[in-house]
Amino acid sequence: MLDLLLSTLLDLLTLKHMTFMMVGVTVGLVIGVLPGLGGIAGLSLLLPFIYGMDQTSALAMLIGLVAVVPTADTFSSILMGIPGSSASQATVLDGFPLARQGEAARALAAAFFASMLGGMFGAIVLTAAVLAARPIILAFGSAELFMLTLFGLSTVAALSGGNLAKGVAAACLGLAFGMIGAAPATGEYRMDFDTLYLSDGLPLVIVGLGIFALPEMFDLLRGGGAIAKQGQSLGRGWFQGVRDVIRNPGLVLRCSGIGALIGAIPGIGGSVVDWIAYSHAMQTSKDRSQYGKGEIRGVIAPESANNAVQGGALLPTLLFGIPGSGSMAIFLAGMILLGLQPGPAMAERDLGITYTIIWSLAIANLLGTALCIALAPGIAKLTLVRYTLIAPFMVMVLCFAAFQATRSYYDLLALLAVGVLGVFMRRFGWSRPAFLIGFVLSLGAERYLYQAVQFSGWDFLTRPLVLVILALTLLSLWAGLRKSSGSGAINTEGAAEDSRASRMWPQLAFAAVVLGLFVFTFAEGMKNSYLALMFPVAVACVGGACALWVLFWQSRGAVASGSANFDTEAQAKDYGPWPFLGWFLGIVALTGLIGFFAALVLFFLAFLRVVARCPWWQVLVLTGAACTFILVLASSLNLLFPGGVLQAYLDLPWPLR
Amino acid sequence: MTKLHDRTLLGRRTLLGAAGAATFAAPAIAQAPVSFAGRTIEFVIPFAEAGGSDVWARFLAPFLARHLPGQPNVIVRNVPGGGSITGSNDWAQRARPDGSSLFGPSASTHLPFLLGDRRVRYDYANWTPVIVSPTGGVVWVSTRTGITDGADIARLRGQELVFPSQGATGFDLVPILALHLLGLNVRYVFGMRGRGEARIAVERGDASIDHQTTPAYLSQVVPLVQAGQGVPLFSYGLPDAQGVVQRDPSFPDIPTFEEVYQRMHGRAPSGQAYEAYRAASTAAFAGQKPAVLLKSTPAPIIAAYRRAFEAIVADPELKARGEAVLGVYPQAVGDAADSLYRHATTISPEAREWARNFLTTTHNVRF
Repeated sequence: MLDLLLSTLLDLLTLKHMTFMMVGVTVGLVIGVLPGLGGIAGLSLLLPFIYGMDQTSALAMLIGLVAVVPTADTFSSILMGIPGSSASQATVLDGFPLARQGEAARALAAAFFASMLGGMFGAIVLTAAVLAARPIILAFGSAELFMLTLFGLSTVAALSGGNLAKGVAAACLGLAFGMIGAAPATGEYRMDFDTLYLSDGLPLVIVGLGIFALPEMFDLLRGGGAIAKQGQSLGRGWFQGVRDVIRNPGLVLRCSGIGALIGAIPGIGGSVVDWIAYSHAMQTSKDRSQYGKGEIRGVIAPESANNAVQGGALLPTLLFGIPGSGSMAIFLAGMILLGLQPGPAMAERDLGITYTIIWSLAIANLLGTALCIALAPGIAKLTLVRYTLIAPFMVMVLCFAAFQATRSYYDLLALLAVGVLGVFMRRFGWSRPAFLIGFVLSLGAERYLYQAVQFSGWDFLTRPLVLVILALTLLSLWAGLRKSSGSGAINTEGAAEDSRASRMWPQLAFAAVVLGLFVFTFAEGMKNSYLALMFPVAVACVGGACALWVLFWQSRGAVASGSANFDTEAQAKDYGPWPFLGWFLGIVALTGLIGFFAALVLFFLAFLRVVARCPWWQVLVLTGAACTFILVLASSLNLLFPGGVLQAYLDLPWPLR
Repeated sequence: MTKLHDRTLLGRRTLLGAAGAATFAAPAIAQAPVSFAGRTIEFVIPFAEAGGSDVWARFLAPFLARHLPGQPNVIVRNVPGGGSITGSNDWAQRARPDGSSLFGPSASTHLPFLLGDRRVRYDYANWTPVIVSPTGGVVWVSTRTGITDGADIARLRGQELVFPSQGATGFDLVPILALHLLGLNVRYVFGMRGRGEARIAVERGDASIDHQTTPAYLSQVVPLVQAGQGVPLFSYGLPDAQGVVQRDPSFPDIPTFEEVYQRMHGRAPSGQAYEAYRAASTAAFAGQKPAVLLKSTPAPIIAAYRRAFEAIVADPELKARGEAVLGVYPQAVGDAADSLYRHATTISPEAREWARNFLTTTHNVRF
């Protein structure tokens, strides 16, 4: 075995193989930096090229990309407040406040270093576990997976912000949104309004971008200046960040372990790992007052977890041919194109291939971290640029990332709709992390509960591993609730002190809308057969009760309502986010008329001229740069932009088509 | 010789049929030899990246670029959504009859069409196949059921089997109909997110019966069979040129469903239920992956594509590298493609009605 480890390493360390790995790492870096685009888009980009390549080169290239994305996606999470991919949503919560306080360098250094350690940990786990992982993976049946979704949902207690009822209602709302589409037990379509688009459910990337990125972008635009509040340098925090990581070895190790384990269990997926790690950091901290405001541990935890996921996720992919995540699915396709079939043979006859993959993972993690650190000072300067110049690029990339989901105009509409919901949730302090966790775990919770009961009846609750996870869940609930009603309450949606409103009606109206959504969920749920109605109805009842509870307190008046009273617009003197939402609505509507590319050009020209007040030469240069960029990206993905009414009547050449 | 002659005849007929749509273009193209030099051909796949159809198209694309006249650039374009119905409706509505776009539907495109799903806006009769790539499948049980030899299948009748399924109207319709015909008592647990999850549910002991397509069976189930944990019951087989089901060339030792039925019931399967099974199994396996052009495409272009695929199938490189993607199956081109395509995309109205009723009464499916 040692011989094989060594010989695969030497085989990999040839110029040719390393060159291909660098190609993968570089593409991964670019894709990771762009908000919303993650491993799926990156691997799709590389897939056409692997035909005819030798196996080692191709694997090194693909793994190079997979390994770097969760490191590079930290840039936009920390610097822009926009999750770089679904793997680093939790990094935003503390990383972005740090950047705004002028500590971007420290946050980035901590994140990259933690990422690297996590990635190495994942590679080591993979090396050790590939020979013995089969029984571990087999130990997690539907019953255990259901308990794991409950464990994931228990983190809502820690992430629900200042008001638990709102947090639980937000999680229920996420669960309800997650139930759109086919019911796992019966295949009945729920809340899909009889449309094909919604029959697949809302895509995660759109929910993530809508709920986090759009509200943040509108908020930054209102601020008018640059992202970093102090217009100074980025801080000399590079070594500080590394030291922060070294001071928390236990946290890094535990979070890497969580990441590798959750990654290895097919069915839960990497999208909640960052949240679980984040809430774990919070639950195990003595002083939780800084979380959400710029706590470095809140950056270290998710970043060490999300790189470790990759090593874990390769286990079910290689041994069982079951991809643990979306990017693993594409990696699997790449393996088959190379003539490799995943299966038990990967731990026996094809062990050399597995070790090549592991070495690639480890080396690419090192390379990626080094590159990120080298590029960081340059990229971090973006936080000093006037945000009105950055915003149109963000709009472009967000729209592009959104319609990567299903390549249709509906993706943009869905982004807009979820974005509006996100704006209000942010404003009124309904925890968006809780919403997202509910959304991600929704179908899993329903599917695995149903399957567990079908497979083994309610006896599943007595399985030993189920009981262990149950105990962990209760522990996590206790740790999350421990302080949340005292002075140590965590506000994931901004400072509570500035958000005591005297005018209650906007909050009351939104709470009523939330209640309305639950009533709708209940009514839609009741239309289904027994197996498909239980979950939506239960979620609607719990969520509805919480919404009613919030309404009850809010209706008692501004002072008596206590923590239920939360409105970040309470002290606002401008027009709110509406003008900018209007601009976004503009590009979506224009796309519906003349297609995305033409709409983008017009949007750039108008926005840069009217909002950013740029001179014409600058408007033209920036628009040209944006067009070039999006055209290169789209043509390498063979992508058609969503068309509008115009395209239905006229047959236009490519970018306009 | 006769074959070539037939094809020209067919071509002329198609040309006449297309004359209405392409009066202007057809004569011009008919005179010049077809060439795609400098053009970009889209191979449209109604699924996201990764997954069987995408891999298949990406594997074939470079060969197509090599063998089409003029060596055009061939790209794979994924149009995912709605379990492939979105992309198929879209292609049916938008594709132009000029050979610039090739479409690759799959089992989850065929089955909703055969079952008369109301969301389907495409019609296979408007398309013509240029290649059909078959695959196969095997139904297998865990040895926890007490049988260690597929020949003992009759002993399974006394017990309740548990089948982890992705849904009754998709791919799993085939084993659902087969096991119904065999008279086995099967409880279906739905909501699996892939055959991989279903397979480990059996391996874990939560479930007892499952089916896998050829590549997954060979790489994942054969080791279990060798370890004494699983037993193959039957394969779906592969119809020959006359439409008679023969043993699958990937599993010459595993009997077909028809053989097992014969042994259990003492007669060959027949009736509407069997007709529905045959249509579904041909759609899902033997005729799983056709590449189609619009039927209204000018005949010389269709002929150019057909010749290109004949050359691809004969390409030694395809034979050398293709096994991981295509298996050992004979790739149907020319007349064989037409016949397989017809069987995979048609069903008698009575059998369709029977299948819809069956799904509504046993699995509460609403159409």
